Amino acid sequence: MTASTINSEKLEGWNRPPVIEPDGEGELLEVAMGPHHPSTHGVFRMDVALDGERVIRLKPVFGYLHRNHEKIAEGASYLASMPYTDRLDYFCSLTNNWAYALAVEKLVGQEVPERAEYIRVILAELTRIQNHASAIGFLIQEMGASGTPLMYAFKEREKILDLFESLTGSRMMCNYMRFGGCRVDVSAAWLDAARKVVAGLPSFIDEFENLLSGNEILMARCQGIGILRPDLAVNAGVTGPMLRGSGVNYDIRKVDHYGIYDRFKFRVPLGDHWDVYDRYMVRVLEMRESITILNQALKEIPGGPIMDPKAKIRGFRPKPGEAYGRIEAPKGELGFYLISDGGPNPYRYRVRPPSLINLTVLEDMCLGSNVADVVLIFGSVDIVLGEVDR
Amino acid sequence: MLGEGILKGMAETARNFAGSFVSKERLTTVEYPEQRIAPVENARVFPFLVYDTENWEAGMRCVACQICEKECPPKCIYIEKSKDKKPDAVGKQQFYPTRFDIDISVCMSCQICVEVCPFEAIKMDTEFELATDDRFGGLLLDRRQLSKSNEYYHQIHPTEAANVDARLAAEKVKADAKATAATVASAVKGAERPAPPTGAGD
Repeated sequence: MTASTINSEKLEGWNRPPVIEPDGEGELLEVAMGPHHPSTHGVFRMDVALDGERVIRLKPVFGYLHRNHEKIAEGASYLASMPYTDRLDYFCSLTNNWAYALAVEKLVGQEVPERAEYIRVILAELTRIQNHASAIGFLIQEMGASGTPLMYAFKEREKILDLFESLTGSRMMCNYMRFGGCRVDVSAAWLDAARKVVAGLPSFIDEFENLLSGNEILMARCQGIGILRPDLAVNAGVTGPMLRGSGVNYDIRKVDHYGIYDRFKFRVPLGDHWDVYDRYMVRVLEMRESITILNQALKEIPGGPIMDPKAKIRGFRPKPGEAYGRIEAPKGELGFYLISDGGPNPYRYRVRPPSLINLTVLEDMCLGSNVADVVLIFGSVDIVLGEVDR
Repeated sequence: MLGEGILKGMAETARNFAGSFVSKERLTTVEYPEQRIAPVENARVFPFLVYDTENWEAGMRCVACQICEKECPPKCIYIEKSKDKKPDAVGKQQFYPTRFDIDISVCMSCQICVEVCPFEAIKMDTEFELATDDRFGGLLLDRRQLSKSNEYYHQIHPTEAANVDARLAAEKVKADAKATAATVASAVKGAERPAPPTGAGD
């Protein structure tokens, strides 16, 4: 994430955010898109000021789904917050579990057995694939392709959710990872089923790309809109496929090597037009890279315990201190910041949600575009309101 | 050529449409109330209380230790402890819950009560068709409604239940050995002293 990775020639003329002046004599029309709007992925409002079709101002308003997650966690034991993390980004409960478990493991200095690390990688990459597939499905649906690509994505997602269900007992609210390992061991039969699903994924992505990637309507709608400059993306703290779609080479799996990601060979796809189509393409390519990680992990997974024998379930009291655990969640950098005062519950519990922080650049991307494009740009951010509002 | 991508995409949907008539794996819909998918073995919905023997009240494994009540993240379990004791599954004198309610409108099926229970008394059910027209009373399950037999537990989670039974049997053997040793020791120590009262309750 240095200046060298950003093509400075492209930044000409982009040094400050565009100021959009209304033209003509008419008044501005203020429209509240949301909180109940088919395009808002939940309860989210965009107050837009329009000059004809052009967006002059855009103000995101959120908080409708606020559930007081952080304060509840400060009153509950460390373990009791684990099932609540499932409900942050309910598409990717397993990566949320991992980020929280990682923060607590850093806090108490707990080791994770190798087999558990492999299981975590497998589950996280499966989560990434199903999240990206459905994110693309929703994006295309917002373009007006009512349902077909989304159903294609959900058909594949269903297979992955079946895997999650047979392992963790729940399709979406998995509550699977524990401090120092995982809750239940994967069986040989489950691994075979996972291998079968993973073997079918490349053909699914080929099918998906046949359906979408070269489609002229999709290209006409996506290319050249919602441009997010790399310097703005970096300064705003945008992470995940959004940042990589803007051409910044920053993937926490590569940068931080959390877990055992340094053992796997994979590439980080980057966009170079910084628009909605790049964000779409980065997600497709990331799914392909996830498949290569999955193939390596499913081949190499060792035997052994899945839980640190010293790990405690009840009466968990870390020494006073602080820790920040972060992972590359499908939507960006998901971090948990914990301060312990030695008691059974955290003194401070803070979530760094990728969805919320990626949303802060929404206005900059939308200014000057049409209302119909706002819907599309918003879809390309890929947010889940459960995580934005917490 | 302009339009090539659209045609390619339409060929893909056509292939799927035609394929759904021939290949079974493309037909992914299950007509729910008529057709059902069998639940997976470790599916979890809401907790229930396990009892041994025929009588649910006498055979209840729960000893009202209130750990699950304390650990439950949304605090949906309400327990009142008994004043007297009765023998539990292992044969030890234990308290029992005079009240054990779970508000399943609050419960979020996280399974933490199952993980923390040291007595294997609370387990996850797979029953999910629980709709009721009574919002408050109908969703607050009392200990009678929550009690389900060990046979039922074996039916829904066979592998897990077998492991639990093996563990409990081992514990019982250990407890029996300890009890025998204790009686022998007390017999040796002084035969004149009367044995401590057992089973104050039922």
